[in-house]
Amino acid sequence: MEIIMAFVIGFLFMAAVYLILSKSLLRIIIGTGLLSHGAHLLILTMGGLGGEAPPVLKEGAKTFADPLPQALILTAIVISFGVTAFFLVLAYRSYQELETDDISLMKGSDEDE
Amino acid sequence: MRMNNFLLLPIIIPFFFGMILMFGQKNLKYQRSFALLGIGLALISAISLLIKVKNDGIQKVTFGDWPVPYGITMVSDMVSALLVTTTLLIAIFVVWYGFGSITKERERFFYYPGIMFILTGVNGAFTTGDIFNLFVFFEVLLMASYLLIVLGGEKGQLKGSIKYILINVISSALFVITVAFLYSVVGTLNMADIAVKIADINQPGIVTVIAVLFLMVFGLKAAIFPLYFWLPTSYAAAPIPVLTLFGALLTKVGIYAITRTYTLFFVHDLSYTHDLLMALAVATIIAGCIGALAYHDVKLIIIYNIVIAVGVILFGVSQMNEIALKGAMFYLIHDMLIKAALFMLIGIVIYITGTSDLRKMGGLMNKYPALGWFYLIAAFGLAGIPPLSGFVGKLLIAQGGFEAGSKWSSIFILASSLLVLLSVIRIFLYAFWGEEKETTGTVDKKVYHTLFVPTVILVLITVAYGVGSEWITPFMDDAAKLLSDPSIYIDAVLKED
Repeated sequence: MEIIMAFVIGFLFMAAVYLILSKSLLRIIIGTGLLSHGAHLLILTMGGLGGEAPPVLKEGAKTFADPLPQALILTAIVISFGVTAFFLVLAYRSYQELETDDISLMKGSDEDE
Repeated sequence: MRMNNFLLLPIIIPFFFGMILMFGQKNLKYQRSFALLGIGLALISAISLLIKVKNDGIQKVTFGDWPVPYGITMVSDMVSALLVTTTLLIAIFVVWYGFGSITKERERFFYYPGIMFILTGVNGAFTTGDIFNLFVFFEVLLMASYLLIVLGGEKGQLKGSIKYILINVISSALFVITVAFLYSVVGTLNMADIAVKIADINQPGIVTVIAVLFLMVFGLKAAIFPLYFWLPTSYAAAPIPVLTLFGALLTKVGIYAITRTYTLFFVHDLSYTHDLLMALAVATIIAGCIGALAYHDVKLIIIYNIVIAVGVILFGVSQMNEIALKGAMFYLIHDMLIKAALFMLIGIVIYITGTSDLRKMGGLMNKYPALGWFYLIAAFGLAGIPPLSGFVGKLLIAQGGFEAGSKWSSIFILASSLLVLLSVIRIFLYAFWGEEKETTGTVDKKVYHTLFVPTVILVLITVAYGVGSEWITPFMDDAAKLLSDPSIYIDAVLKED
């Protein structure tokens, strides 16, 4: 199972890097979304996949999944959700202001002109 | 069990004031006075925390009354108490300065809540004793910094902030990945417990890989070579008070995180991790010097000086002996203060001349002699001319470097001071001496004074920091002892009380 997860994570990272390297701002944002998905799956895998067992609920449980990675993922998902939302709004605003979503046309600062 | 929630005040007070400042945004008087009040209260609690840490040793609190390695622990030791106090001290002057410099539109649109939340994040990152909690506080301060850097929505700001956010999103993902790897090896998130576990397994190769990953994650924030490329253009886009806050605080959080992980966790394979850190620190100084000398834009010159300082501090950290670490702490606090002062001075120069291009300035010395002299003091302080503030730190770093046997790189650090001096004196020569040039900006005397007074006080504080370094030494001694001997931190956090 861990091997399959490793492939899934690797594929997500690959897609994320491909998208982030493109010129369209929207593709870049989708890329960052995929990157954080990959990172979240990685936490889950690195914490050891617990199989079907539930997290510890009471004392004396024999088999259980580690609850900590799940708590970490939840936190990380919320944060990446917020950041992605902000990033999308920023992309829309800069599309209105700069009239392009091509990142290669957004080089430099105003002082360079 | 005795709980000590006191150390949370410098984090909670800005957070609380940030929340209430989100209401009534159109009322400027209320926004301004409550922002100052909030930071002032937080500063008072930070100073009393500093005194308490000095007298009673390391303070800690674990949330939810969990036993230590399981709950989230907040730890206030000498290093974090000093940094928290300096952060809040700078914030007061930045906010005060902002009254004259930031536009009213920005003030009405969540500028002050942004400042409050960034302080929450920075202070939290300095105080936390849990590696995942560090990530959360990083995100808090980053979210606030996204708001502040883009606030105003000018074209240059939008361009700069897209790069800034993209870089930080990628580095946050890397941070999560690195924490996941670390968790799979040691199975704990408490920083003291991680240190114990890594010592138990004697730092195998995988942990060294994680150390390098951490260096990449925090290096992106701290702007070390070769990861500093995003910093100049992004920072230059922000208005001056925001630039001051970012330049003085944000890279320092990265430096603090590198210092903490490299003095607490990864101390068993020094010949690899710390030599790598030293090589990168030296390369960072070279890259920063090139940038600082290459540009004619005053903002960019000072921004590249941030990069140089990052190199100097991390060089001190990489030597891993008590003297160099003490120097690094001295230099870290000095750099926070002096960079804030310099950015504020540059902001006044830009306000008067209406441009940030050195070639279009000149002859300010005739009309503004006081500004010129204070700039010169700050510039000398930055270069480390005794008895000003940069001197003690650099001396100790070089001394520690010699003691650790890195002779040539220590000499290089000292020589780089000359380039730093040259880069800031260039501003003095162009802007203050020479022919008086036509200025486009109209100077309002009242605004000028609102900008000038906090700047002068901050410059005087840096002078006091240099001249009075003897009184600060006991604090720095404690901090250096703590950094050079991880067992002090570990014992204080893990012991039952």
